Amino acid sequence: MTPWLWFALSAVALFAVGLHGLFSSRQLVRQILAANISASAVLLLLVAFARRAPSGDPDPVPHALVLTGIVVSVSATGVALALARRLRVRPPGSRRR
Amino acid sequence: MTGLERLFDLALVVGLPVVALAVLTAKELRAAVALFLSLGLLMALVWARLDAPDVALVEAAVGTGLTGALLLASGLAAPAPPQLPGPLAQRLLLAIGLAGLLGAVGLGVATAGGDPGLRAAVLDNLQRSGVTHPPTAVLLNFRGYDTLLEAIVLLVAAVGVGSLRRERPVAIGPPGPLLLELVRWVVPVLGVVAGYLLWRGSDAPGGAFQAGAILAGGGVLLVLAGKLSAPRLASLRVRALLLAGPVAFLAAAALPLGQGGSLLQYPPAWAKALMLGIEVALAGSIAVVLLMFFPALAPARSGR
Amino acid sequence: MSPRELIAAALLAGAAFFFFAGTCGVLRFPDVFTRLHALTKADNLGLGLVVAALALQAESIGLVLKLGLIWALVILSSAICSQLIARSALRAGVTPWSRR
Repeated sequence: MTPWLWFALSAVALFAVGLHGLFSSRQLVRQILAANISASAVLLLLVAFARRAPSGDPDPVPHALVLTGIVVSVSATGVALALARRLRVRPPGSRRR
Repeated sequence: MTGLERLFDLALVVGLPVVALAVLTAKELRAAVALFLSLGLLMALVWARLDAPDVALVEAAVGTGLTGALLLASGLAAPAPPQLPGPLAQRLLLAIGLAGLLGAVGLGVATAGGDPGLRAAVLDNLQRSGVTHPPTAVLLNFRGYDTLLEAIVLLVAAVGVGSLRRERPVAIGPPGPLLLELVRWVVPVLGVVAGYLLWRGSDAPGGAFQAGAILAGGGVLLVLAGKLSAPRLASLRVRALLLAGPVAFLAAAALPLGQGGSLLQYPPAWAKALMLGIEVALAGSIAVVLLMFFPALAPARSGR
Repeated sequence: MSPRELIAAALLAGAAFFFFAGTCGVLRFPDVFTRLHALTKADNLGLGLVVAALALQAESIGLVLKLGLIWALVILSSAICSQLIARSALRAGVTPWSRR
């Protein structure tokens, strides 16, 4: 078994762990973490696939896609946390001060 | 591939799902966030092992550094509902479903071949891209369309966060003298490192995203020390900075239309200059967007 | 292995020991302040040994200087951050552990 395959299988396991956390957590922040973990797992799979050639440089196209992916997932996390902050500050049913 | 390297890779491969499981089953939320940060650092190591230094830089700066600061700033203030396990039937169904998913996808992955992918296509055309570092060429030239849309997604995220912001910033204590000293030393260094990474992106790992993330880190330090006020969407300067990246990219993309080419078809003689201009504007926009994700803080003025 | 590689390997082993000791300290010490102490001392020295080992194998003076800059930045930021953490822990009312 080659190293890229190990990392790819680890990515599949990581994705399953993240998905499990997303469905079984009651806390909003933990769900955000779980979603982040699943996203990282997908990116890991892409980069592992980029390293499939037995020698030479890795395939640069998935690297560029993953770069974009990390920044976009951080943006999604930022918006999700802003929403979480807002939900906590103004719980449903409270009066406007 | 020596035995020691294989052992190291094995440790990483097994460690990733184990630490992820620890993140999601930690009793306290703070512990979960701390473990999440260490997971991010493990992933940066994995990227390095997979020969992806650009991705490792972005993961360390953005995925771990900034996300960690974001989580600490916004995720932990109020008490959260307790983490109770659900009904047994639901958990069993979830476990079976996930095991099936693992098996199916794992089988698909294990039977994929050793295809080198698009590496040859990129290396053949590298001369005409204007830079010598393949991921930068792919990011800004060959797959420039994806990066252009990403710049706009960042803009949308900034608008989203800006519209959710409360009117008054959260008051925190005054910055101590040590924090002010840290800012005095570190922020200029961050500026130089960001500029260096931006410049080197054309022939070594680096580029707009890493530079923007480092600038955002410097911005967070400045906000904590009270030297910079958190960016508000209403400010004209903030709007100009947010728009600089997408507008520069759109302008560069539309440039060839006047000379009979198609969108994003940079003339090879100008490619390097165009890409550098796009990267500078993009780094500024990324820095402001990332800084806007943090809750607005207003450190009290220290009596000096 | 050449003598230079042997020394670098020895330095790396020392660094691993320091990181291990620091982690044990973080896991086993009784309160925030002692844990901070273990963390910053051990990790700064561990990183210093790693930097020394890498500097021995570096190809140019520029690379050695960059590695030294990394170590200086880490020491600066971790020292100041540990002080900030300790100060806010003290303000939040955490009492330092004392021998009963």
